[in-house]
Amino acid sequence: MKSASNTSDPMTINNPLADQELPNVSGAESIILSLLAEGVSQVFGYPGGAIMPTYDALMDYEDQLEHIMVRHEQGAVHAAQGYARASGKVGVCLATSGLGATNLITGIADAYLDSTPLVCITGQVFAQLLGTDAFQEIDILDISTPVTKWNIKVTQASEIPAAIAKAFYIAKSGRPGPVLIDITKNAQIDCMAFDYHPCYQLNSYQPTPQPDELALVQAARLINVAKKPLVLFGQGLILGAAEQEFLAFAERCGAPLAATILGLSALPTNHPQYVGMLGMHGNYAPNTLTNECDVLIAVGMRFDDRVTSNLDFYAKQAKVIHFDIDPSEINKNVAVDVAVLGDVKHTLPAVTKQLDANKHPQWLAKFHQLHAIEQHKIIAKDLEPKTDTINMAEVIKCLNQQDDNCLIVTDVGQHQMVACRYAKFSQSRSLITSGGLGTMGFCLPAAIGAKFARPDRQVVGIVGDGGVQMTIQELGVLMQHQLPVKIIILNNQFLGMVRQWQELYFDKRYASTELSNPNFGLIADGYGINNAKVSSRAHLADAVHTMLSHPGAFVLEVMVAQQDNVFPIITPGASVADMCLGTNTAGTSDDNSED
Amino acid sequence: MTKNYTFTIYSNDQTGILNRISAVFSRAGLNIEALSVCESTHSGLFRHNVQVSCDAQTGFRVSQQLERQIEVIKADFYHQDEIIQQELALYKIASKSMLEQTLAEQIIHRHHARVLSMNSEFTVIEKIGKRAESQALFDDLSTVGVLEFVRSGPVSISKLMTTESLQEDMPVFKQHATCESENGQTVETSS
Repeated sequence: MKSASNTSDPMTINNPLADQELPNVSGAESIILSLLAEGVSQVFGYPGGAIMPTYDALMDYEDQLEHIMVRHEQGAVHAAQGYARASGKVGVCLATSGLGATNLITGIADAYLDSTPLVCITGQVFAQLLGTDAFQEIDILDISTPVTKWNIKVTQASEIPAAIAKAFYIAKSGRPGPVLIDITKNAQIDCMAFDYHPCYQLNSYQPTPQPDELALVQAARLINVAKKPLVLFGQGLILGAAEQEFLAFAERCGAPLAATILGLSALPTNHPQYVGMLGMHGNYAPNTLTNECDVLIAVGMRFDDRVTSNLDFYAKQAKVIHFDIDPSEINKNVAVDVAVLGDVKHTLPAVTKQLDANKHPQWLAKFHQLHAIEQHKIIAKDLEPKTDTINMAEVIKCLNQQDDNCLIVTDVGQHQMVACRYAKFSQSRSLITSGGLGTMGFCLPAAIGAKFARPDRQVVGIVGDGGVQMTIQELGVLMQHQLPVKIIILNNQFLGMVRQWQELYFDKRYASTELSNPNFGLIADGYGINNAKVSSRAHLADAVHTMLSHPGAFVLEVMVAQQDNVFPIITPGASVADMCLGTNTAGTSDDNSED
Repeated sequence: MTKNYTFTIYSNDQTGILNRISAVFSRAGLNIEALSVCESTHSGLFRHNVQVSCDAQTGFRVSQQLERQIEVIKADFYHQDEIIQQELALYKIASKSMLEQTLAEQIIHRHHARVLSMNSEFTVIEKIGKRAESQALFDDLSTVGVLEFVRSGPVSISKLMTTESLQEDMPVFKQHATCESENGQTVETSS
């Protein structure tokens, strides 16, 4: 017996075969045993020819490793993403070779851009058939290379446990990301002596750079002398589980705090220093004042172009401090003055203890002034519309009012921007959305994954009428598993965001954006899922209440204004300080308590 | 400003690593002008020499993306005056032009090239040197007729003493010096 009996090995307790002789198992069974050794309890997948031996082995471990069969491989990978982002654990998905593997690619790319830890296992044809254009043979290693943190092809059973151990270590360490393991069918069928050694180190990989003491001092010094500091926080806080450390840092330095879309929920939205969301459809004050701050403190974010807009006009007046775990993000888009490399869980407290307690009331007041303008010109109209039709924003407000602690999963488009602008969050990991790739069809399967990860939380998917039809087959998973996920379809009968751009930038030529929709209620009925449709404001609150209090899955279709726009917007190519507050001034209400 | 840069990339021996490395260059819109791969002074670790034309900022960004690859241990990039380079060129000419006239022999002699192989049909000439030198030989040999010509990409070695001193604790090599820049111009990539 090798390390499996070594009590100093923390994985031993999870190894179902500890204290036994090395068992002779099939490669397929070794996949299952390796997943169990990594503490995996749920996998998402879809069977097919080249992965059949693994599915066969899975049947013998059903009580320990639950397989959730989706209805399309894209659903499997999005569900694994939702699972990973709701739980902080590694999401796992299984697919067959060829088409099964290529169907995963969109989700893998999404996970790559959003730093989501995934282990994707794909079957592959027999090793001797590789390169012969065999049935369902595709070189998924090459296809997945640009969108994976790491990938490997395994052609022998004996190589499987080490590959899986390495995959889990790489997926979850440092800046997380998706990895793919392609396992030939012969490797799954052949037998091997199973022995599992978790991976803790690689010769070529430094997941967390050592913090530079000088950088910590320089960062603290800059923040201490700043008159107008602005903190931008991103998903790095959530991935590093550094929400509390950030709170201590933020309250010590007293700066205004603005979130990227993926940073949302890392800080409670009601925090007095929170000034809103950054980006193209973010809030007016933090975007505009980015170009007025004297020290810009970026924490676990990557200066995406949707945040910075035109880099030539981005925060040129400011000294920039960048906290990040990934050295390749430093100076990638924005030249920084101080780079604080390392895990924010450690670097933030190291800087905090060198900070003078500070407050910046006048500087914060400036944010409030600009927010009042946004409140008057946009927010009031969005939340208290005088129009006949329902607004997307008031649906979010209604949800907030009835449950201020739900886990929101969005799709991509106008409803996503509105949800991110108006949702209130009180705990971390309360928003799951496709940020970097902007994948329509993400919501439904990701909400399923999130609910499997966090059955204790109310999971609400907010999706458009376009996006829901991209993965609507996954309602079958809700049906099969009686999974109480709530889905709100905000139906404007358009691909709303594209339509908005056509209105603003393409001369109102609405090419292929008007949708002929099915009867969503009938589709839900077909899956045996309770549903309702609401078209009038008077019935909205009751409908949301019915949905939230229903014990099972629920689809609520809300008919919203057909041709509404999301404002404010930073016109593509413009400066972050030139936010357009909109063209439509109708229906503004002066009396509004929402912030 | 676009200049020639040579990247020296150390990696583990893993199937697909060359694709992963070349993908970083193609994603940045760079054409690889020369590539050579060999085992480094460290057994089992491979050294990829890649020459491209780009500006310094792109070169820096590419080196960051290369180091981000799990199986890459280190990626440095050098300007041409920071390295010593050589190329190898082979020329095939008809042996009768060697035998029937002295011109070919004079050319070979004048260019400090050497005859690598010779038979009754053809002669293979080898020239080691800079691009301009092997090109000059080609131009001169063209007067007697070149049947086939091949030139390796440049093989480069840096003028620094420390390049290949991959210390025992490998992950240290991915540890960057603090990247400070003045207006984003000067950046140090790695310690």
